Amino acid sequence: MKVVALIKQTPDTAELPKVSVDEARSGQIQTTMVINPWDEFAAEEAIQLADRLGATSVAISMGRPDQTDALKHALAMGIQSAVLVDEAVAAEGDEWTAAEALAQAIRLQGDDVQIVLAGKMSVDGNSGLIHVGVACKLGWSLLVNVTRIAEVADGRITVERSFEGGQEVVQVPLPVVISVAKEINEPRYPSFMGIRKANRAQIPVLGKDEIPISPAPPRARWENLRKPEQRTVQVKIIQGATPQEKAAGLVDALLAEKVI
Amino acid sequence: MTSPLAFLFNEEHEMVRRLARDFAAKEIAPKIKELDRQQRFDPELLPKMAAQGFLGICIPARYGGAGMDYISLGIVSEELEYVDTSARVVMSVHVGLNSLGVFQWGTEEQKQRFLVPQAQGERIACFCLTEPNAGSDVQAMRATARREGDVYVLNGEKVWISLADVADHFLVFAKTDPQADPPYRGISAFMVTRDMAGVTTGSYHGKLGVRAGNTGWVKLDNVEVPVENRIGQEGEGFKIAMSCLDNGRYTVAAGALGLIRACLDASIRYAQERETFGVPIARHQLVKRMISLMVQRRDIGQLLVYKVGWMKNMGLPHSREVALAKWFCTDASFDSASDAIQIHGAYGYSDEYDVERYLRNSKGAVIYEGTREIQQLMQAEYELGLRKRPRLRCELPAYDPAEWTGET
Repeated sequence: MKVVALIKQTPDTAELPKVSVDEARSGQIQTTMVINPWDEFAAEEAIQLADRLGATSVAISMGRPDQTDALKHALAMGIQSAVLVDEAVAAEGDEWTAAEALAQAIRLQGDDVQIVLAGKMSVDGNSGLIHVGVACKLGWSLLVNVTRIAEVADGRITVERSFEGGQEVVQVPLPVVISVAKEINEPRYPSFMGIRKANRAQIPVLGKDEIPISPAPPRARWENLRKPEQRTVQVKIIQGATPQEKAAGLVDALLAEKVI
Repeated sequence: MTSPLAFLFNEEHEMVRRLARDFAAKEIAPKIKELDRQQRFDPELLPKMAAQGFLGICIPARYGGAGMDYISLGIVSEELEYVDTSARVVMSVHVGLNSLGVFQWGTEEQKQRFLVPQAQGERIACFCLTEPNAGSDVQAMRATARREGDVYVLNGEKVWISLADVADHFLVFAKTDPQADPPYRGISAFMVTRDMAGVTTGSYHGKLGVRAGNTGWVKLDNVEVPVENRIGQEGEGFKIAMSCLDNGRYTVAAGALGLIRACLDASIRYAQERETFGVPIARHQLVKRMISLMVQRRDIGQLLVYKVGWMKNMGLPHSREVALAKWFCTDASFDSASDAIQIHGAYGYSDEYDVERYLRNSKGAVIYEGTREIQQLMQAEYELGLRKRPRLRCELPAYDPAEWTGET
């Protein structure tokens, strides 16, 4: 059996505010690029599942051929192999196109891929759609916001997933696409041995020859892209001769702002 | 895009940096302010650093280490001190001053017995050179080691010992020949273990900085140390101590570089938020000057530190170069922390912001592991031809990736 983790390379969240609109449009982002934090949970779960099930783990990412930092991070954590899908195969496309490319890359890993894991969203695009699209394209079951994989047996998988106000236990037949919640595990740090292994790894790049996508007009496209206005925060110190006066002033201010 | 620092760091180094940065941000940063206030050493820190392989980072895999190179040791030291000095001190003392000393001078049997558990983090190690009346003047030490049959009997007191109260292994320097002339030729080195009768330790409180670090004293009262625990030959202790300091100073310099970066980042953040006279203070020329000086110190420090890392990798003697890096970077980190407080104004004067801790932490490194003044004297003496770095019977091994990793 193979377990696939879908990995995206995103700007370091600490540096996200530095990304300019032009950089975001062109994809030529100058900030430090790292593994999407949500995808670290997927990578960790893939490593644990591979250990539990005697399976092999594969990380798949889509990006420019030189964007391998996130995949190398996954390899350094303990993922056994990695594949990069050249983003050129889905040029001018939308999330649906990206999902098609990733689904094809997953199929290329063989029929023994039974579980695909993904983070709930990326910290840059924030769409949360890719894994949904991948499940659609593959025609597999989809489980979202999974907090625990309880059992994989007899061609079925049993998981716990959370929803607003509760938890539920769900069982579906394999193969399956799963988006994991952060409660599912504690991602490990890469090991030094893993770092050396990742650094030596040759990561195959799948291009248009391997992943042919018929050009179709994207169903969604960016009409505009802008950075949100910087919020201005006003600080008001409530004055008063006594704590009671200050508290009364605070209550008045909160009422005036309709906070309470 | 090629990094402008690609001539210093390869891709593996960048991954090590990312790892150390994440570790420090997640494991140290959330609790350091409170630990520093309480003057408390985090008991979880050493097991976590051990589990990650930091405690044997540049020790070959055959001795239980991670088999990374000396530049990686510098990077981890830099990134740990970016968050707090106390964690970097562990690298300096456990790895730099003790483990690399055993790696350089120990017999194969000693490496198996001491280095392997140290590299794996099962035993914590420290370095005992300084005494109440012997700091810069090392050869004035009074600790003695008297040979009696198969043991040496050690007596003396060592002070300002980092990790004194948590260490299992103590690399102790004592005089086997108190009458030697010159006196340094009478010094020998011994590995003392905590389970030996007559070893007592205690911690200091009330330090100016590095308050989350463990610093204390070690008392040796008729401690019987087996002959096979002597590191190097009799009378070789001074050379061993100085070569250990070459390793310790490297980590101190790298850590100070991290501190400069922390001061710079904090200053940039604050200077862009804080407004006076209707503009962010970053627009004021004299604030820009302080920031530019921090940039200058960072970039110069980086070149000095990693030049030494490269020399270590190549197996080149580097006593002068590492002393220069240590002198420059520690002075520069103190100046940067002072400037960072100035930029923060009155807010920087309280522990609401980290910069006051940076200043308190930075001062120690200007003193320990060779004062600024000792480093300055060394530079002049090397240049004037008054000092030469002797060839050592055992030099620090050069980095050999295939041999160190045991991977082909």
